[in-house]
Order: sequence, then structure tokens, then C-alpha cells
Amino acid sequence: MCRIGAIKSKNYVHPSKALYLMLPQQKGHDNSGFAMVMQDLGGVFQPYKDKPLLSYAALNGGVDKVRQYMQHQGWDLLLEWSPQKHPQAGLDIALLEHYNFEVYDFPESYQNADKQTKENLLTDTRLALRALTEARDEAFIYSFWPDVLTLKEIGNPRDIGTYFGLWDEDAELRAKIITTQCRQNTNYAIVRYAAHPFFLQGYTVLANGENTFYIKNKEFQKSLNRGYLGFESDSQCFLYTLHYLQRELQWPLAYYKHVITPLPFEELMRRPDRDVLLALRQSLPHLEINGPNTIIGVLPDGRVLNVNDSKKLRPVVIGGDGETVAVSSEVCGLNVLLPERDQQKDIYPHEREMIVINNDLEVARWKQ
Amino acid sequence: MEAVTATELTVNDLPWRIEWNPCLCKLCGSCVAACSFRAIEAGVEARRYIYAEGDIPEPVEGEKYSVPVIRQIAAVKNHCVGCGMCEKICPNRAIRPVRNEDSRWPVIAREGGQPVKRGGRANLNADDRTFDKIVVGRISQMTDPSLDAERHTFDILAPFGRVLPAAQTPLSVKDGRLVLTKPLPPVRWIYPLICGDMSIGALSPRAWEAIALAVACLNEKYQLPVRMCSGEGGMPVRLLKSKYLKYLILQIASGHFGWNRIIKAMPEMTEDPAGVIIKIGQGAKPGDGGLLLAAKVAPHIQAIRGVPKSDLLSPPNHQGLYSIEESVQKMFLSLNAAFKFRVPVVIKTSATASSVSIYNNLLRDPYHIVGGYFIDGLYGGTGAANEVSLDHTGHPIVSKIRDCYLAAVAQGRQGQIPLWGAGGIGMTGNAAADAFKLICLGANGVSIGKLLLQIMGCVGNDHGRCNACNTGLCPTGLTTQDIKLVRRLDVDRAAQNIVDYMLAFDQELRKLMAPIGNSSLPVGRSDALVATDKAVAEQLKIPYAC
Repeated sequence: MCRIGAIKSKNYVHPSKALYLMLPQQKGHDNSGFAMVMQDLGGVFQPYKDKPLLSYAALNGGVDKVRQYMQHQGWDLLLEWSPQKHPQAGLDIALLEHYNFEVYDFPESYQNADKQTKENLLTDTRLALRALTEARDEAFIYSFWPDVLTLKEIGNPRDIGTYFGLWDEDAELRAKIITTQCRQNTNYAIVRYAAHPFFLQGYTVLANGENTFYIKNKEFQKSLNRGYLGFESDSQCFLYTLHYLQRELQWPLAYYKHVITPLPFEELMRRPDRDVLLALRQSLPHLEINGPNTIIGVLPDGRVLNVNDSKKLRPVVIGGDGETVAVSSEVCGLNVLLPERDQQKDIYPHEREMIVINNDLEVARWKQ
Repeated sequence: MEAVTATELTVNDLPWRIEWNPCLCKLCGSCVAACSFRAIEAGVEARRYIYAEGDIPEPVEGEKYSVPVIRQIAAVKNHCVGCGMCEKICPNRAIRPVRNEDSRWPVIAREGGQPVKRGGRANLNADDRTFDKIVVGRISQMTDPSLDAERHTFDILAPFGRVLPAAQTPLSVKDGRLVLTKPLPPVRWIYPLICGDMSIGALSPRAWEAIALAVACLNEKYQLPVRMCSGEGGMPVRLLKSKYLKYLILQIASGHFGWNRIIKAMPEMTEDPAGVIIKIGQGAKPGDGGLLLAAKVAPHIQAIRGVPKSDLLSPPNHQGLYSIEESVQKMFLSLNAAFKFRVPVVIKTSATASSVSIYNNLLRDPYHIVGGYFIDGLYGGTGAANEVSLDHTGHPIVSKIRDCYLAAVAQGRQGQIPLWGAGGIGMTGNAAADAFKLICLGANGVSIGKLLLQIMGCVGNDHGRCNACNTGLCPTGLTTQDIKLVRRLDVDRAAQNIVDYMLAFDQELRKLMAPIGNSSLPVGRSDALVATDKAVAEQLKIPYAC
């Protein structure tokens, strides 16, 4: 079972907090990797908030390919940053040669393009880089988006933290939103692309669970958007559905829950908005999820959300201390991260609830 | 002494032989009266008693006498079909049909130059079913929990009607909420099992009524929204005007039988029908028209269908139809318009190698009026047909449903035109397992026909027993219009049997959904299945396991 966590703070926080949130939740042989997406960046990336940041891990050949492609397409490299490495004997980590975080400026021909054109270019570029490097695993292109940094690696999260110096709270790497997970997908092959959180065009999703409608979701999503690909994990489906409803269909957020875990027909027919809910249920049956799941998402505007499967078969808890709100699979993680918080105010969402934490750290919860 | 005439028919040439035990028989004659095929008769046979006497025994002729007997008639027309009504009615168990392994039936049955006709049970390959080479193999274990079939809520409903993709659904945002700006095409969410298309005519009025009663009971008493299709041939006007019409799907086929009455009843209808099925073809005799022999066109059939007493032929083609686009434009449009676009209209064809092409074309339906595609595969169809059609034409349903579903997937249009499959569902008696597997492969629901007859008391099987639906002499009163035979069917009991079966079916479906951890129908969830046959796995694109 994956444990997942999210930190949303008024202040820029260091990724060590993510490790403190996650490591108490470890069970047995459960920690097989570390992955995090940092959004609303501080530290070295703070001056480049509107410039696309490319996060990737690569072998030497992969870096060459990425650089050549970017140069050829007219991208202007503004900042190149890599975490300082601390190699030690006995670390459990599957290393690649490079972990690069590169800030670019748009090619000249796109400088005056509208937002949507620019965003489409970012996605197309990421997909092109992925395609270019995928066949021989020369590089793993995680995200290419302004103000978003992704780090993923296979191994013991504690050791991964040690190797990248994530235990040392320096000022370089900071963010107001960090989503994280300490387990590679074990149902399928352990590959870096399968590690949550997943990011697409401003939307981040990570999940603890088993999406038993994975094949249905995947077969449907594949034709919806060129960016819906990979499917190395059954949880990517949750991201693509969120992205499709929000960005493509532009439906209000509340309908995410209605699509992935629709109300039973009997209940639905008693609702005053049954016509709409039925229309959703019949037009998007292939986006329904089943099986045990708890999902954490981040929206482009920085709001953090949580929803669960319709039977609430996986745990999640939300707590905060006024400065920081965290979402965690288990309360022990919250206790380490936010020991001073009022535990009476912790929220344990139920199966029909939707939780949204806004940028003022106000937590909204409502029944589907 | 008599001379043997080799070409003369004997009972040993027939598929079934009657075994009669004179020691047990009390000569009541019930068996002869019960045999609707006149396969047995009461007769008198000569007997002679000879004994021997003397030191050197000499045969002495004793008395000559005659005895009454029950004997089988050696005639093609009156051949025993093995229905066993004689055995059923005999108080002393003195008589029964026995399968004759030396039968010469296939070569003598074409007497008079007529093709062999029979009812819809299979003759060939019935024991080699694809369904039985697939198992529900993805059981929820440690990574995700199974559900509790008894306690959890299960959503077991299927769409019947044209489903619009989300991007084309007329929704807009108002005050942070979605609102529909235009009405949607009609979609009924119904139980994923339809009582298939058997007409009054193919069925006796009692049998048809029993199904209708069962369906009404399932809806009204058990809230199970099972629908019944009328078959081609209309229905009683009283029913057309009743509130129960909402549980019935009207069928229109190439003969348009019954539609005169339906159209005339429209102004007085208090409910809309559940739907309309345009029948292009059926599983039993694909590419062949329908035929109701004049012998079965009793007065009530004439009244319901609005025809004189004569052979009733439904042509193999709908008149004037020459393309899919035209059918969508004209047939669908006119039938949608008939009920002012409130009633979903679907189409049914025989399964064929070209089903995917048909479905691909339907999926492009620009008018949003194609409410579903029903595919009737091999072993489907209930009515009388030529044996050569039944045994040697058609297409298995399983891979056809899968191919159609995957064709929709390739276009990202799965679910927009619901897929329904029929043809051999429940041949072994367990329809839930077959239905579930077909749903996992991409069907939204299934339709059953012959199974309903079995549930109501049909004694036919897939090994040549009875199968006499074509004769009008159905011994169980199900597929005959002979009032004496029809009386054999207890309509309430038959309806109760259907209700019981459906309730069990519903439980069994839950018992299949629960272990894979799904609370709603796993339409297209092919990963829940594994095939124990490599060729099946490869064709259906599901994992092979052994």
C-alpha cells in the first residue's frame, strides 16, 4: 500500500519536511523509492516563477539529447541547477548519472504567443523529449512547467534523502506545496515513470490505492488527449480525469468526485440535480474508478484536494497548525511534521466527501 | 412370411424410439392423447400361443388372440422428438422415449423435398463454448479488498439509448454548477438482461403473457428494471394502453407486423414504451427472413398482427433499405419521431463478420438517434428455422462483441452506442456467468430467449431433444397456438419461474462483481478475465492462464 502526503504552507518549506512526513509511515519492506513534486518554488528558482522548469534524470547520452533538442528548438537555457550529491557506501539507491533542473525561456517565435499556445508547447516539448529518450531509458522527463520541480528515484527514501542532501535544510530548495510518496509502484514493474506524484499541465495527483477500473480508464483516456500516455501506474488515470474535467471540459471541481465515484443510481435519482448527474454518469462511465483509493491533487492555482473511493477503503487524514496544512495517509506522519497542531481539528474524510485546501489554508469540505 | 422392403421406414430409422412396457401399462391411453406429434398410437396386434407336447415334443397351436398395444408410428411426419410427455403423463412409468443411436434421421428427414426445419436449440458444437474457456481470474486479494456480495451496494444497470460524449453534452456552468441547456437523447437505465425478442405467434399467448407478467412483477415488486422485447408481431391493445407498456420494448422487423395496431394505439398510450428495436437479422437464421406458417396464424394472431390467415413472411431485408447511412437517416429518424424523440431506438443484426463495419458506421451517427447496437450471435434466436441455417450460418457472439467494443475504443467512442449481445447466453443454464463475461469484454448488457423457454418448461435441449418449435405442436404449450396444448402451460407458474430465475441471476451477478471488487458493472474490464485456451486469449486480447 502506498503512503502519500502533501504539505501546503504559507511559508517556503524544505523537502526534508516531506521525508519527516513520510518516513514514520513506513511498514516493513514498504519503502522502495522517493518521489516529490514541488510547486510554488522558493530558493534558487524563486526569480524564475514564470519560466518553464524542466525536471529530468538522465544518463550522459540522455542529457546530450535533451540539450541538443532544446537548443535546436530555440529554447534559451536560463538556469541549470542540480542537487549536491553525497555519495556514501551502502546507500540503497538506483542512481542515474544526472539529475537536472533547468529553467528555460521560450523560443523567440513563442515570446508573444498566448498562454494556451505556450502551455501546449511545453507539453509537446516534454512529450518529444520523452519520446526521444524513452527507448533506451536514457532519460526520464518528469515535468516541464513554470514553478514546478519533480524529483523521483528508486531506492530507500532515507538513503535517497542522504544522497541528495535533502536532510540538510538549506535555502536552495524550497516550495510552498510539496506532494510526495515513498513507494514505487509494486503492482507493475518498478520504473521511474510509475512513481507518484504525476504532473500534467499544472495538475498534480498522487494516490494510495488500486484502481480496478484501470483498463477501462486507460482505454478511454488514451484517445482524449495526447498527454494522456504512459499509464505505467493505474493511478495516472486519476490525474488524467482531473485534467480532462478541469482543463478540457472546464467543469467545476465538485464534479470530479461525481465522475470518478458517481452516486448509486438510487441515490442519484433522489437528487434535484439528477439530470446533470445522470448525464455525467452516462457520458463518462469509463472514467469511473473502483477499488480502494485515496487521492491527493494539486490544482494550477495551488489549491490542494483530497477525495476517496466510494467505500472509503484507504486511510487519509488532514491536519494543520495555521501556517501549514498537511495531508497524510497516516496520522503518525502528521504527528512528526506538525506536533503542535490541535489534533481535535484533524479531518478524516469519508467516502462521499471532497476536501479542498485553498491558498489561505482554509479547508473546505462538502458532501458529494 | 413377409418380404423385407429395404426402403421402408422403421422406427429404428427415427431419432427416438419409444420403449413401452406392457407389463406396467394399464392401457389408459393417456400417453397417446398427450403426444402432440401423434408419434404413438393405440393399436391391436395379433398374438398366437404355441406349445409342445408328447415324448417327442410336437408344436401344437394353441389359441389365437389379439392384444391392445401402444406402438410408435414409423413415419417422418410423426417421428418421436423425445419430448417425454408420454413418460410424464404415464401413471405407471410404462413408457418413455429413448435416444436411438442407430437413427438415420439426417438422411430421411428431407422427405418430400423439404429442407429440415426445427426449433432453435443447437445441434453442433454446443458443448464447445467460448464462454466456458473464460474464467473470472482477477480476484481481489491482498492489494485490494473483495466486496461483500450480501451487504455492499451494487449498481447493476445498463444504458439503453444514445449516450453523448461529455464534450458534446449540452452543459454549461451557472453559479458554479453544471446545468443542461438542452434535452439529451433519451437513455433508459435498465437491467443488463433483456427478455429477448419472441413474438406472440412464435410463442403462445400464454407463454408471452407469462414473460410479460414476470417482467411486470420484477419491476413492481422487486424494483429490478428488466425489460421485455415484444418480438415482431405487436402486442395486445390493452397492454399498449396500459401503464405496463413502459416495461416493453417494441420491435419492428421487415414484415412490420403489428405496427398498424401500435400506431393506432399511440394516441391512447398512457406510457411510452421502453424502447424500439429495429430488427435487421437474428442469430438463428441470419440473412433469412421470418416465417410464421399459416397453421400457427390463429385468429388472435391475425387480430394482433392485422393479417389474414396465411403464411406470414418477413423478408430478409427491410424494403427500400440499401445503406447504413440511409437506415440511420430514415428508419431511426422516423421511429424516433414516432414517439417524439422520447423513446430510444436501437438496432439488432445477426452477428456477422461485418458487424464491426456496421458498428463503426453507427458510431458516426451524427443525429444522435442510434440508441444501441444489439448483436445476435450463433445459438441465438428461438423460432423455427431451416436446420441448415441454424447449424451452419451465423457468427459466434463473444469475439464479435469484443471486436466491436475495441473498434469503439480505437475511436474513443466506447459507451456512446451501447452494445448488447445475445446468442447462447445461458446455454448451460447459468446466464449470470455468461452475461458477466460478455460485459467484461465490452457489452453493456445481454438478451436471452431460449433460456426463458427452458425456465418456463421447454424440454428441448442441445442434443436433439424436442426442438419442434416449428411444428406448432409444442408439447409444453410454449410455441404453439393450439388451444389444447396452450392449456398445458400454467401461466402463473411459468411467470414465477422467470421471476425466481432473475432474482437468482441478480444474486449471482453480485457474486461475480464482489470478488473483483467492483460495485458497478465492469463494462470493458477485460483484465478481470483470463482464458484457459490460448487461441481464445489471443483473439479476445485477454491473458492466457493454465
